[in-house]
Amino acid sequence: MRGYLFTRAWQSLLTLFLATAVVFLGIRALPGDPALALAGEDRSPEALAAIRAEYGLDQSVFVQFGRFAWNAVRGDLGTSTRTGVEVTAMLGTALPVTIELALLAILLATVLGVGAGTVAAVRRGRPAEWLANGLALIGLSVPHFWLGLVAILYLSVSTGLFPASGFVPFLDDPVANLHHIVLPVVILGTGLSAVIMRQTRSSMLDALGTDYVRTAKAKGLRPRAVIGRHALRNSLIVVVTIVGLQLGALISGAVVTEQIFGLPGFGKMTIDAVFQRDYPVIQAVVLVTATAYIGINFLVDLLYSLIDPRIRVGGAAA
Amino acid sequence: MTTTTTVPDRGRLLRRLRRNPLAVVSFVVLTLAVLVAVLSPWLAPYAPEATDFGRTFTPPGTPGHPLGTDDLGRDVLSRIMLGMRASLTVGVLAVATALVIGVPLGLAAGYFRACDAVISRLADLMLAFPFLILAVGLAAIRGASLANAAVAIGIAQIPGIIRVVRSDTLRLKSLDFVAASVVDGAGDLWILRRHVLPNATSVVLVQATVAIPAAILGEAVLSFLGLGIQPPDPSLGTMLATAQQFAARAPWSAILPGLAIMLLALAFNVFGDSLRDALDPKGSTR
Repeated sequence: MRGYLFTRAWQSLLTLFLATAVVFLGIRALPGDPALALAGEDRSPEALAAIRAEYGLDQSVFVQFGRFAWNAVRGDLGTSTRTGVEVTAMLGTALPVTIELALLAILLATVLGVGAGTVAAVRRGRPAEWLANGLALIGLSVPHFWLGLVAILYLSVSTGLFPASGFVPFLDDPVANLHHIVLPVVILGTGLSAVIMRQTRSSMLDALGTDYVRTAKAKGLRPRAVIGRHALRNSLIVVVTIVGLQLGALISGAVVTEQIFGLPGFGKMTIDAVFQRDYPVIQAVVLVTATAYIGINFLVDLLYSLIDPRIRVGGAAA
Repeated sequence: MTTTTTVPDRGRLLRRLRRNPLAVVSFVVLTLAVLVAVLSPWLAPYAPEATDFGRTFTPPGTPGHPLGTDDLGRDVLSRIMLGMRASLTVGVLAVATALVIGVPLGLAAGYFRACDAVISRLADLMLAFPFLILAVGLAAIRGASLANAAVAIGIAQIPGIIRVVRSDTLRLKSLDFVAASVVDGAGDLWILRRHVLPNATSVVLVQATVAIPAAILGEAVLSFLGLGIQPPDPSLGTMLATAQQFAARAPWSAILPGLAIMLLALAFNVFGDSLRDALDPKGSTR
């Protein structure tokens, strides 16, 4: 276990370092001088030089990267070159929005996906399976941002059932918060559930054909127990993997969903930063994404051993 | 040496596909969509950029504009036809990019043990990386365009191709005819080209069929965000982005392009599913 944690830790650090370094160098290769963008009206050489000195843009890329990394380790991600606000403060308001959206969406996607996938596998060849399969195919094929647009059009603008955009923090007003986040969660969650449903169905079908399920049936266990305790539990391994792999899709989906519903989250912050060439913010976004990616993958590994005790974290038994 | 393989013969495959009504319907829809897309410059009743400020927001069913017009009086039907052309172009370009890079890497990972660790690790890393961040970065560096959107989407699809090709290569490598070829003294590259690649075609084909609709959806998202095809070029994604501002006034301009995307993607996905079922040697419907 200790050896595993050690390997895992240095791999994570390497991933973080690589992701950050690539983006750091990549955005500095972009055409366009950020000093020019910052200067505004006064574009005299003196003003530009002052700006470059202030933001460290006059130093070599490597010095800039070293400074960024050292500051990041101490929890200082710099200030936005656009708004002058500290990046950590921006993350502090944007991240809770996205984390709430993502957690609720994953929860909805898992409940819907695992439920429908199990039903489809158990009711194989019946109308319930066709319905579940059909819905999953549609879920894979429909552009979800478009569903969001249509939902806003018919559920917000025409009928006023839900707010069309905006966000209220949960601590300020929990009811208003949920009211604002319902539609985005449903749009993002149903999109992810299609993949989970198909995976659950196929691994459930595998599990239902195994000897231990037949044995469980033969010894007279109730169907509910056979499905829940024997078949589903064993197919959950695959499902957990898929949920973990959906992280990228989740982040991409959150960006688009936030854009449509005007949620002031991490995704909107990302898009704005890229369009405005806000270097410190872009760097922070990548750092946070990479950290989230590493953290969630680690969680997925730990979940494996919870679901299937035979799997020891770290590979070898004990 | 002529070795017969595990590929189901073409006649049986076609018979199986023809027996499945979903496969037939989706194939017909796909063929029609491709025809419309290819011929759209000649089929479209209006030039997609042609504005008519006297006739903005005419509803569907108006004589001369069966699907109505948008905020600039442009014909929605013509724009959807050319938008489908753009969607299909991006879909095919993206998947071609992914195949050109992904298939050799997958073959190498499955066949040469030494390569496996590095390539598979890389694929895992890429798989979880949010494709949108990649696309955003590429659009920022090289500018937003159809080609750059296709490249970003294609790169995002490489890990999926690597995984599928790798696992099929592992399977094929353990079969007798490859071992026989090794005993014969054939070189690795020859075996890969002559035995492994042709037999892996079916899984690559299935993966490509499901990757195209994903790419089509990806293009729509990128163009919607302003990172893909640029106006005034018609794209279903940019149509939705403009329609968003006028959705309450002209709901059809927001609904119809989305339906077109869904129809295209659905036809590909249904056909991909049927193809996989037909290729499954067990003949099961999974």
